[in-house]
Amino acid sequence: MNIQEKIAQLVPGMTVAEQGEAVITVPADSFRKLAEALRYDKDEPMDYLRDIVGMDWGEDGLGALYYLESSKTYTRIILKTLTADRENAFLPSVSDLWKTAEIKEREAYDFFGIRFLNHPDMRRIFLREDWKGYPMRKDYDMSSNPLNMENEENADTTDEYYLNPDGTIADQKNIVFDEKDFVINIGPQHPSTHGVLRMRASLDGETICKIDPICGYIHRGVEKISESLTYPQTLAMTDRLDYLSAHQNRHALCMCIEKAAGIEISERAQYIRTIMDELQRIDSHLLFYSCVVMDMGGLTPFFYGFREREMILDIMEETTGGRLIQNYNMIGGVQADIQPDFQRKVKEFIKHMRSVIKDYHDIFTGNVIARTRMEGVGVLTKEQVISLGATGGTGRASGWSNDVRKHHPYGVYDKVDFKEILYTEGDCFARYMIRMDEIMESCNILEQLIDNIPEGEYRVKTKPIIKLPEGNFSASVESSRGEFCVMIESHGDKTPYRLHYRSTGLPLVHSMDTACRGNKIADLIAIGATLDYVVPDIDR
Amino acid sequence: MEVKKRTAIRSMEYGDFKNNDYLEKMVDELNRDGAGVILTTIDEVINWGRSNSLWTLNFGTSCCAIEFMALGAARYDMARFGFEVTRNSPRQADLIMVMGTITYKMAPVLKRLYDQMAEPKYVVAVGGCTITGGPFIKSYHVVNGIDKIIPVDVFIPGCPPRPEAFYYGMMQLQRKIKVEKFLGGVNRQEKEPKEEK
Repeated sequence: MNIQEKIAQLVPGMTVAEQGEAVITVPADSFRKLAEALRYDKDEPMDYLRDIVGMDWGEDGLGALYYLESSKTYTRIILKTLTADRENAFLPSVSDLWKTAEIKEREAYDFFGIRFLNHPDMRRIFLREDWKGYPMRKDYDMSSNPLNMENEENADTTDEYYLNPDGTIADQKNIVFDEKDFVINIGPQHPSTHGVLRMRASLDGETICKIDPICGYIHRGVEKISESLTYPQTLAMTDRLDYLSAHQNRHALCMCIEKAAGIEISERAQYIRTIMDELQRIDSHLLFYSCVVMDMGGLTPFFYGFREREMILDIMEETTGGRLIQNYNMIGGVQADIQPDFQRKVKEFIKHMRSVIKDYHDIFTGNVIARTRMEGVGVLTKEQVISLGATGGTGRASGWSNDVRKHHPYGVYDKVDFKEILYTEGDCFARYMIRMDEIMESCNILEQLIDNIPEGEYRVKTKPIIKLPEGNFSASVESSRGEFCVMIESHGDKTPYRLHYRSTGLPLVHSMDTACRGNKIADLIAIGATLDYVVPDIDR
Repeated sequence: MEVKKRTAIRSMEYGDFKNNDYLEKMVDELNRDGAGVILTTIDEVINWGRSNSLWTLNFGTSCCAIEFMALGAARYDMARFGFEVTRNSPRQADLIMVMGTITYKMAPVLKRLYDQMAEPKYVVAVGGCTITGGPFIKSYHVVNGIDKIIPVDVFIPGCPPRPEAFYYGMMQLQRKIKVEKFLGGVNRQEKEPKEEK
């Protein structure tokens, strides 16, 4: 039975969008029932909630899009639900079905002011607690919150809204940290949080009881800015989200726009994009290696990682002109053709990388101290990572096969023979080994592609002004640290009505609480380092 | 595809390149009528030491911080210039290196860290975001230039700046420190500058 027919049976009032992707609109009062049925379906459980995208449809009201995927069959569906009441916007919470909804619903509340009934923790997540208004709403006054130099106080209580039997909405106070809790503050300016993340951790002796991440210290409002930019202009922002997945992020956005506008890109451009993605992945994983080791107190391997990383940066710089921020992918192809000796240098690099990887393992992987600090620490089970939506290496370390390159191939990944690295332990060591093995696997992919780049144009001509047809569009790629997805809602203009990025890091930061509970405070750094999040990507 | 005529890259005229030598000129002007030999010599020694052992407080919020890490690695090796010691406490740092966008939520934290540093202290603003807000200038949550919050000594433009640009910026800061007066001449009555003939 088709999934749409199944939903039609459960909810007779549903409608399917005709343009763009098949968005299934469900009335708010029957949404919760449908979500439960889909989540616990026997044949095709929709147990991976990819993202919740808050939306402001003006007079139609506020609402959200739910992107779901089944971890069994990898079918994807999109649900939409909305409420017409803008002043008191309430939607049912799904945080007990998918754990990742806990943080995603807070994001929707922060930006749109949508309150979720029965969500245990309705606090702001990115903006200051005394922020006035909801910035992603279309009627938000951009000058309503001037720079406030007062220090921010964080409340220890939070709100939960629930429905009384008679239909009225009531509010109850929940406690984040008790007065008796011993709370220590880590960040926002801390060298081992990989950016400006702040965590409040309550301790019992040395054991972590709870972690409350506070994001938003680098929230730049990229999604709101994008709404006033034309499609080619929006490309500039993607490199600055997760700067260690710059190529992949931009690849996703280009793919999404090309898919929507019906632009076919040449085979050559596909190959170049895929090669660049893999180079970027090696670059990111080398930096991961350097940082993990440095966070755990070893300095020598840091120089190893950066030695090889500089080689990749040299190769990229020759072709793209940039070291970190490359701005290489464009709508319709890539910015410039590859340099004449690009292929030779990549081949040399692969050969070199294979010869030095032994040093990497000799100095750190086999080390007794490293093993004791990583093995069995910060374990996440397969059920937990799926529910948390922790994609990428973190998910694969727990045995969840979630590689977008395998299950939803893009670029030329369907022409390449590669294996998805999977571990089952789910501890820090497995997460570390995943990245090390992926470096070698990326070398294999590169080797298959580098000699077969077909001749042709590297960029096809596009119209000077790109307009997308009405509807919702999305495209996802496997970035260096998980599934990165671009969701666009277009109303037929040259600017997006709403542009949302699925952050790869937000679910990872959310899983810190689950991974750290019961571990020692000293292990928090190792767990955080192996989860491998990049904070500007979380805050956007 | 036909090859288009390339637009020439416009570079600066050599004469336009201001290498901040007003710093040394200013010192020459002040010393024109003579200065204490002992005190200025001690000053020079102190400043030579200070400028070659700058301890940085790393305030890396985004992309530029990764380029700073590349500075620390073997190829660019910032130990050659004497600022390889990075501190994570403001109390031990000489300068704060702000790398990355400063948002409204971060601004009070940055100000507080700056206030906690001991005098003499310097601020280096790295990257387009810290200088003006960069690509995010129209955002509702981004400070348009950290000079609105704290005084800045050196701006290093770029998105992110290349490691060489970091060095140029840091060397400008070293020059600035080298011409400072610690002992002699602080309260000295300045003579009117003579008319140029």
